[in-house]
Amino acid sequence: MFSIVTLELANGLWTTFQIFIFTLIFAIPLGLILAFGAMSKFRPLKYLVQVIVWVIRGTPLMLQLIIIFYGPGMWLGHNIWAGNEAGRITATVVSFVINYACYFSVIFRGGIEGVPVGQREAGQVLGMTKSQIFFKVTLLQMIKRIVPPMSNEIITLVKDTSLARIIAAYELTFAGFSFMKSAGITWPLFYTGVFYLIFVGILTLLFNYLEKKLDYFR
Amino acid sequence: MSILEANHIEKSFRSTKVLKDISFSMEEGNALAIIGSSGSGKTTLLRCLNFLEKPDNGTISVRGKTLFDAAQSQTENEQDLRRKRLHFGMVFQQFNLFPQYTALKNVTIAEELLAKERPDFKANKAAILAEIEAHGKQLLAQMGLTERAEHYPHQLSGGQQQRVAIARALALKPDILCFDEPTSALDPELTGEVLKVIRGLADQKTTMIIVTHEMAFARDVADQIIFMDDGYIVEQGTARQVIDNPQQERTKQFLSRYTEG
Repeated sequence: MFSIVTLELANGLWTTFQIFIFTLIFAIPLGLILAFGAMSKFRPLKYLVQVIVWVIRGTPLMLQLIIIFYGPGMWLGHNIWAGNEAGRITATVVSFVINYACYFSVIFRGGIEGVPVGQREAGQVLGMTKSQIFFKVTLLQMIKRIVPPMSNEIITLVKDTSLARIIAAYELTFAGFSFMKSAGITWPLFYTGVFYLIFVGILTLLFNYLEKKLDYFR
Repeated sequence: MSILEANHIEKSFRSTKVLKDISFSMEEGNALAIIGSSGSGKTTLLRCLNFLEKPDNGTISVRGKTLFDAAQSQTENEQDLRRKRLHFGMVFQQFNLFPQYTALKNVTIAEELLAKERPDFKANKAAILAEIEAHGKQLLAQMGLTERAEHYPHQLSGGQQQRVAIARALALKPDILCFDEPTSALDPELTGEVLKVIRGLADQKTTMIIVTHEMAFARDVADQIIFMDDGYIVEQGTARQVIDNPQQERTKQFLSRYTEG
């Protein structure tokens, strides 16, 4: 039984991992774009981003997931998501990317604004272009500043993937729960917890490593 | 011909007029000290010269070439602005070194980035970068920082950081090197080493504008002194004229506070 449970949970973990990694891959750049939008001198863009962030942060991720998964089918008359596991994962990733990009954008903005103005000005008087200033001067200082809040968000993301169960994506929590329904055993639930703990444990080590790596400057 | 000519510079922040009809010129190889109390507009003037602020009025020319004319209000593209900035070097009060780079890299980074735009960069990459590194090391040596080339800014004292910042500003060989209160953020015992370096640059006939509160230093080093108050140039002339023999009541008041202090 133990090996059957382990295999099933590993199967769920794979879905969880896909949601996790694709959300990160797309939400980080989108969050950066939103952060620049929120700092834009062009007012309408700035306000638009503020409203988007308000709406997305102000409503439950589960609600957003339900709307994104079921909405198109209701409005368009045909479902844009494939009716299989891949379709459910895609819908989950789309809603997670939108949600997490908003949270990330606020962290990024704080990180960028936290770099002293003098750094940008020093780049300017040295004849650097805007993009050179961002990539060569600001970016690394910003990354150093945002590692702690980002590690919080990313660890939350690991556990938020369990929300995908609401649209029947077979992720880790769903896999653990299925044994309670089918075989009436509860220990796989705790075993599921161990999977999350190891996942988050590895991430914590990675963040500690990154923080150490960036410790060479202040 | 003057190396720098600024005419009728005016600048307001919201409704506060910070610079009121500022005109002055300076000669190549001279050191110009700008003195005056806090809030008199000294720093803003320096920032206007470096295009960190855009004057509302006036013109700025270097070697007879107009770099800025408020009357021609066309929007400048970034590329032009960058090129214009390179006429000036800037040393900030708070040093503003890049914390993630070593002292040497702080000095060489701008030169490296500019070199990448050269058409022959790809072909001669190694040689060009070696040359830039040698130049950076030479500048650090000139600042007495040979041993500190591989240190990061947080491993250096304030005086050392400011000397790295001076080397960084010199690296692009600006026509005019500007100092914005270069010793104001330093502990008193560290100001000497920075002033010594600036004095050395003056001896080599580096064209410099120094905003400073160090009156004795300004008197020693500057060929020309401007006293600013409330956004105006109240008095200008040689160090002797302005500091030893001020004509304006306001200048006398300001200087008396220093001699008494």
